[in-house]
Amino acid sequence: MIYWNSFSDFLHMGGYGLYVWGSFGVTALIMLVEPIIVARQQKAVRVRLKRQIRAESRGTE
Amino acid sequence: MNDRFNLYKFASPATFYPLAGTLIPYFWALSAIFGLAGLYIGMLVAPTDFQQGEGYRIIFIHVPASWLSMFIYLIMAFWAAIGLAFNTRLSGMMAQALAPTGALMAFLSLWTGALWGKPMWGTWWVWDARLTSELILLFLYIGYMALTAAIDDARRADKAGGLLLLVGVVNIPIIYFSVKWWNTLHQGSSVNLTKSSMAETMLWGMLLMAMCFWMYSIAVAFMRVRTIMLERERNTDWVKAELEGGGK
Repeated sequence: MIYWNSFSDFLHMGGYGLYVWGSFGVTALIMLVEPIIVARQQKAVRVRLKRQIRAESRGTE
Repeated sequence: MNDRFNLYKFASPATFYPLAGTLIPYFWALSAIFGLAGLYIGMLVAPTDFQQGEGYRIIFIHVPASWLSMFIYLIMAFWAAIGLAFNTRLSGMMAQALAPTGALMAFLSLWTGALWGKPMWGTWWVWDARLTSELILLFLYIGYMALTAAIDDARRADKAGGLLLLVGVVNIPIIYFSVKWWNTLHQGSSVNLTKSSMAETMLWGMLLMAMCFWMYSIAVAFMRVRTIMLERERNTDWVKAELEGGGK
Protein backbone atom coordinates (compact mmCIF):
# COMPACT_ATOMS: atom_id res chain seq x y z
CA MET A 1 0.00 0.00 0.00
CA ILE A 2 2.75 2.44 0.92
CA TYR A 3 3.95 4.23 -2.17
CA TRP A 4 7.53 4.95 -1.04
CA ASN A 5 10.45 2.55 -1.23
CA SER A 6 12.52 4.16 1.48
CA PHE A 7 12.37 6.92 4.04
CA SER A 8 14.96 8.98 2.16
CA ASP A 9 12.79 8.76 -0.95
CA PHE A 10 9.96 10.09 1.15
CA LEU A 11 12.05 13.00 2.41
CA HIS A 12 13.43 13.74 -1.03
CA MET A 13 9.92 13.99 -2.58
CA GLY A 14 11.26 13.40 -6.06
CA GLY A 15 13.35 16.55 -5.88
CA TYR A 16 10.51 18.70 -4.53
CA GLY A 17 11.43 18.16 -0.88
CA LEU A 18 12.15 21.81 -0.14
CA TYR A 19 8.79 22.94 -1.54
CA VAL A 20 6.68 20.14 -0.10
CA TRP A 21 8.23 20.20 3.38
CA GLY A 22 8.39 23.98 3.35
CA SER A 23 4.62 23.96 2.85
CA PHE A 24 3.85 21.24 5.39
CA GLY A 25 6.32 22.59 7.94
CA VAL A 26 4.94 26.12 8.04
CA THR A 27 1.37 24.79 8.11
CA ALA A 28 2.17 22.46 11.02
CA LEU A 29 3.94 25.24 12.87
CA ILE A 30 0.98 27.60 12.50
CA MET A 31 -1.53 24.93 13.51
CA LEU A 32 0.52 24.16 16.62
CA VAL A 33 1.29 27.73 17.65
CA GLU A 34 -2.16 29.27 17.08
CA PRO A 35 -4.00 27.09 19.64
CA ILE A 36 -1.18 27.59 22.15
CA ILE A 37 -1.45 31.38 21.81
CA VAL A 38 -5.25 31.25 22.10
CA ALA A 39 -5.08 29.03 25.20
CA ARG A 40 -2.57 31.38 26.82
CA GLN A 41 -4.77 34.39 26.07
CA GLN A 42 -7.71 32.60 27.64
CA LYS A 43 -5.67 31.89 30.75
CA ALA A 44 -4.40 35.48 30.99
CA VAL A 45 -7.91 36.89 30.59
CA ARG A 46 -9.26 34.58 33.31
CA VAL A 47 -6.51 35.63 35.72
CA ARG A 48 -7.02 39.32 35.01
CA LEU A 49 -10.82 39.18 35.32
CA LYS A 50 -10.63 37.18 38.55
CA ARG A 51 -8.32 39.79 40.01
CA GLN A 52 -10.68 42.57 38.90
CA ILE A 53 -13.71 40.87 40.41
CA ARG A 54 -11.88 40.35 43.69
CA ALA A 55 -10.76 44.00 43.74
CA GLU A 56 -14.31 45.18 43.03
CA SER A 57 -15.90 43.04 45.74
CA ARG A 58 -13.33 44.31 48.23
CA GLY A 59 -14.24 47.87 47.22
CA THR A 60 -17.93 47.39 47.94
CA GLU A 61 -17.61 45.59 51.25
CA MET B 1 -28.83 43.71 32.88
CA ASN B 2 -29.51 40.15 33.89
CA ASP B 3 -33.18 40.27 33.12
CA ARG B 4 -32.43 40.73 29.46
CA PHE B 5 -34.96 38.78 27.48
CA ASN B 6 -33.31 36.28 25.18
CA LEU B 7 -35.47 35.42 22.25
CA TYR B 8 -32.76 33.16 20.85
CA LYS B 9 -31.40 31.10 23.66
CA PHE B 10 -28.55 29.86 21.51
CA ALA B 11 -27.46 33.43 20.91
CA SER B 12 -26.92 33.91 24.62
CA PRO B 13 -23.23 33.76 25.59
CA ALA B 14 -24.19 32.26 28.95
CA THR B 15 -25.61 29.24 27.13
CA PHE B 16 -23.05 29.07 24.38
CA TYR B 17 -19.96 29.35 26.60
CA PRO B 18 -20.32 25.97 28.34
CA LEU B 19 -21.61 24.32 25.16
CA ALA B 20 -18.50 25.42 23.23
CA GLY B 21 -16.32 24.26 26.12
CA THR B 22 -17.86 20.79 25.96
CA LEU B 23 -17.53 20.55 22.18
CA ILE B 24 -13.93 21.77 21.80
CA PRO B 25 -12.23 18.45 22.71
CA TYR B 26 -14.42 16.59 20.21
CA PHE B 27 -13.46 18.96 17.43
CA TRP B 28 -9.77 18.53 18.32
CA ALA B 29 -10.18 14.76 18.25
CA LEU B 30 -11.98 14.86 14.89
CA SER B 31 -9.34 17.19 13.48
CA ALA B 32 -6.56 14.82 14.58
CA ILE B 33 -8.32 11.74 13.18
CA PHE B 34 -9.08 13.37 9.82
CA GLY B 35 -5.57 14.84 9.72
CA LEU B 36 -3.81 11.54 10.37
CA ALA B 37 -6.00 9.71 7.85
CA GLY B 38 -5.52 12.47 5.28
CA LEU B 39 -1.75 12.59 5.74
CA TYR B 40 -1.53 8.80 5.56
CA ILE B 41 -3.45 8.66 2.30
CA GLY B 42 -2.00 11.84 0.80
CA MET B 43 1.63 11.45 1.78
CA LEU B 44 2.12 7.69 1.99
CA VAL B 45 -0.44 5.93 -0.20
CA ALA B 46 -1.35 8.28 -3.05
CA PRO B 47 0.69 7.71 -6.22
CA THR B 48 2.73 10.37 -7.92
CA ASP B 49 1.22 12.83 -10.37
CA PHE B 50 2.18 12.17 -13.96
CA GLN B 51 2.65 15.87 -14.71
CA GLN B 52 3.90 17.38 -11.49
CA GLY B 53 5.78 14.54 -9.84
CA GLU B 54 5.79 14.59 -6.05
CA GLY B 55 5.46 18.37 -6.01
CA TYR B 56 1.71 18.01 -6.39
CA ARG B 57 1.46 16.78 -2.78
CA ILE B 58 1.31 20.41 -1.68
CA ILE B 59 -2.31 20.17 -2.86
CA PHE B 60 -3.20 18.33 0.36
CA ILE B 61 -2.75 21.52 2.35
CA HIS B 62 -3.02 24.18 -0.34
CA VAL B 63 -6.59 23.36 -1.34
CA PRO B 64 -7.94 22.86 2.22
CA ALA B 65 -6.33 26.13 3.37
CA SER B 66 -7.74 27.98 0.36
CA TRP B 67 -11.23 26.53 0.83
CA LEU B 68 -11.22 27.39 4.51
CA SER B 69 -9.93 30.91 3.86
CA MET B 70 -12.98 31.53 1.68
CA PHE B 71 -15.43 29.55 3.79
CA ILE B 72 -14.46 31.23 7.07
CA TYR B 73 -14.95 34.59 5.43
CA LEU B 74 -18.44 33.59 4.30
CA ILE B 75 -19.30 32.45 7.84
CA MET B 76 -18.01 35.76 9.22
CA ALA B 77 -20.10 37.68 6.67
CA PHE B 78 -23.11 35.56 7.66
CA TRP B 79 -22.61 36.46 11.33
CA ALA B 80 -22.09 40.10 10.35
CA ALA B 81 -25.43 40.10 8.50
CA ILE B 82 -27.21 38.48 11.47
CA GLY B 83 -25.56 40.95 13.83
CA LEU B 84 -26.50 44.00 11.78
CA ALA B 85 -30.06 42.77 11.19
CA PHE B 86 -30.98 41.47 14.66
CA ASN B 87 -28.40 43.16 16.88
CA THR B 88 -27.49 39.84 18.51
CA ARG B 89 -24.57 39.84 20.92
CA LEU B 90 -23.07 36.55 19.89
CA SER B 91 -22.64 37.35 16.18
CA GLY B 92 -19.93 39.96 16.56
CA MET B 93 -18.02 37.72 18.94
CA MET B 94 -18.21 34.85 16.46
CA ALA B 95 -16.92 37.00 13.61
CA GLN B 96 -14.03 38.27 15.73
CA ALA B 97 -13.15 34.78 16.90
CA LEU B 98 -12.94 33.49 13.33
CA ALA B 99 -10.94 36.35 11.83
CA PRO B 100 -7.37 35.40 12.91
CA THR B 101 -7.88 31.78 11.84
CA GLY B 102 -9.27 32.92 8.49
CA ALA B 103 -6.29 35.21 8.03
CA LEU B 104 -3.90 32.35 8.78
CA MET B 105 -5.70 30.14 6.26
CA ALA B 106 -5.39 32.86 3.62
CA PHE B 107 -1.71 33.21 4.48
CA LEU B 108 -1.18 29.45 4.24
CA SER B 109 -2.98 29.40 0.91
CA LEU B 110 -0.59 32.04 -0.43
CA TRP B 111 2.48 30.49 1.21
CA THR B 112 1.86 26.97 -0.05
CA GLY B 113 0.83 28.42 -3.40
CA ALA B 114 4.14 30.25 -3.71
CA LEU B 115 6.05 27.08 -2.82
CA TRP B 116 4.03 25.22 -5.41
CA GLY B 117 4.30 27.92 -8.04
CA LYS B 118 8.08 28.15 -7.90
CA PRO B 119 8.84 24.63 -9.16
CA MET B 120 5.80 24.38 -11.46
CA TRP B 121 5.55 27.86 -13.00
CA GLY B 122 9.08 29.06 -12.28
CA THR B 123 7.91 31.93 -10.11
CA TRP B 124 6.84 32.45 -6.49
CA TRP B 125 4.25 35.02 -7.41
CA VAL B 126 2.39 36.49 -10.36
CA TRP B 127 -0.16 39.27 -10.31
CA ASP B 128 -2.89 37.19 -11.83
CA ALA B 129 -6.56 37.15 -10.90
CA ARG B 130 -6.59 34.12 -8.58
CA LEU B 131 -3.49 35.06 -6.60
CA THR B 132 -4.31 38.76 -6.38
CA SER B 133 -7.89 38.19 -5.20
CA GLU B 134 -6.64 35.75 -2.54
CA LEU B 135 -4.14 38.39 -1.40
CA ILE B 136 -7.01 40.88 -1.17
CA LEU B 137 -8.83 38.34 1.01
CA LEU B 138 -5.86 38.29 3.39
CA PHE B 139 -5.93 42.10 3.49
CA LEU B 140 -9.69 42.03 4.19
CA TYR B 141 -9.07 39.79 7.21
CA ILE B 142 -6.27 42.04 8.44
CA GLY B 143 -8.35 45.15 7.77
CA TYR B 144 -11.28 43.69 9.72
CA MET B 145 -9.07 42.84 12.68
CA ALA B 146 -7.40 46.26 12.65
CA LEU B 147 -10.73 48.06 12.37
CA THR B 148 -12.46 46.18 15.20
CA ALA B 149 -9.35 46.50 17.39
CA ALA B 150 -9.23 50.26 16.82
CA ILE B 151 -12.79 50.89 18.08
CA ASP B 152 -13.10 50.69 21.86
CA ASP B 153 -16.83 50.14 22.10
CA ALA B 154 -17.39 46.48 21.26
CA ARG B 155 -20.86 46.88 19.75
CA ARG B 156 -19.75 49.73 17.49
CA ALA B 157 -16.65 47.76 16.50
CA ASP B 158 -18.95 44.88 15.53
CA LYS B 159 -21.10 47.16 13.39
CA ALA B 160 -18.18 48.78 11.56
CA GLY B 161 -16.43 45.44 11.11
CA GLY B 162 -19.67 43.85 9.96
CA LEU B 163 -20.09 46.45 7.22
CA LEU B 164 -16.54 45.84 6.05
CA LEU B 165 -17.20 42.09 5.96
CA LEU B 166 -20.40 42.50 3.95
CA VAL B 167 -18.78 44.82 1.41
CA GLY B 168 -15.77 42.52 1.09
CA VAL B 169 -17.85 39.42 0.49
CA VAL B 170 -17.96 40.35 -3.21
CA ASN B 171 -14.34 39.20 -3.33
CA ILE B 172 -15.26 35.56 -2.60
CA PRO B 173 -16.99 34.75 -5.92
CA ILE B 174 -14.19 36.67 -7.63
CA ILE B 175 -11.63 34.31 -6.09
CA TYR B 176 -13.70 31.24 -6.80
CA PHE B 177 -14.51 32.00 -10.43
CA SER B 178 -11.29 33.86 -11.26
CA VAL B 179 -9.84 30.82 -13.00
CA LYS B 180 -12.87 30.74 -15.29
CA TRP B 181 -13.34 34.45 -15.88
CA TRP B 182 -9.76 35.37 -16.66
CA ASN B 183 -6.80 33.83 -18.34
CA THR B 184 -4.63 32.80 -15.48
CA LEU B 185 -1.58 30.77 -14.70
CA HIS B 186 -3.49 29.06 -11.91
CA GLN B 187 -5.01 25.74 -12.84
CA GLY B 188 -8.78 25.28 -12.81
CA SER B 189 -10.53 23.61 -9.92
CA SER B 190 -9.60 19.98 -9.41
CA VAL B 191 -12.91 19.06 -7.86
CA ASN B 192 -16.47 19.95 -8.68
CA LEU B 193 -19.82 18.43 -7.91
CA THR B 194 -20.17 16.28 -11.00
CA LYS B 195 -16.71 15.09 -11.84
CA SER B 196 -13.22 15.23 -10.53
CA SER B 197 -10.02 15.36 -12.51
CA MET B 198 -8.08 13.61 -9.74
CA ALA B 199 -7.24 10.03 -8.93
CA GLU B 200 -9.48 8.64 -6.23
CA THR B 201 -6.84 8.31 -3.52
CA MET B 202 -5.69 11.88 -4.15
CA LEU B 203 -9.25 13.13 -3.90
CA TRP B 204 -9.81 11.26 -0.63
CA GLY B 205 -6.57 12.59 0.82
CA MET B 206 -7.60 16.12 -0.05
CA LEU B 207 -11.13 15.81 1.32
CA LEU B 208 -9.86 14.30 4.58
CA MET B 209 -7.36 17.11 4.96
CA ALA B 210 -10.12 19.63 4.27
CA MET B 211 -12.18 18.06 7.08
CA CYS B 212 -9.12 18.23 9.34
CA PHE B 213 -8.67 21.95 8.62
CA TRP B 214 -12.37 22.52 9.08
CA MET B 215 -12.52 20.83 12.49
CA TYR B 216 -9.33 22.64 13.50
CA SER B 217 -10.86 26.00 12.59
CA ILE B 218 -14.00 25.29 14.61
CA ALA B 219 -11.98 24.16 17.64
CA VAL B 220 -9.66 27.15 17.67
CA ALA B 221 -12.49 29.62 16.94
CA PHE B 222 -14.52 28.17 19.83
CA MET B 223 -11.52 28.59 22.12
CA ARG B 224 -11.15 32.18 21.01
CA VAL B 225 -14.85 33.02 21.23
CA ARG B 226 -14.89 31.83 24.86
CA THR B 227 -12.11 34.29 25.71
CA ILE B 228 -13.96 37.09 23.93
CA MET B 229 -17.15 36.20 25.81
CA LEU B 230 -15.48 36.37 29.21
CA GLU B 231 -13.94 39.71 28.38
CA ARG B 232 -17.06 41.31 26.96
CA GLU B 233 -19.49 39.94 29.51
CA ARG B 234 -17.23 40.46 32.50
CA ASN B 235 -19.89 42.47 34.35
CA THR B 236 -22.53 39.76 34.16
CA ASP B 237 -23.35 37.25 36.85
CA TRP B 238 -22.66 34.25 34.67
CA VAL B 239 -19.05 35.29 34.05
CA LYS B 240 -18.53 35.92 37.76
CA ALA B 241 -20.00 32.52 38.56
CA GLU B 242 -17.89 30.93 35.84
CA LEU B 243 -14.65 32.48 37.11
CA GLU B 244 -15.35 31.74 40.76
CA GLY B 245 -16.44 28.22 39.95
CA GLY B 246 -12.96 27.69 38.57
CA GLY B 247 -14.20 25.66 35.61
CA LYS B 248 -11.88 25.24 32.70
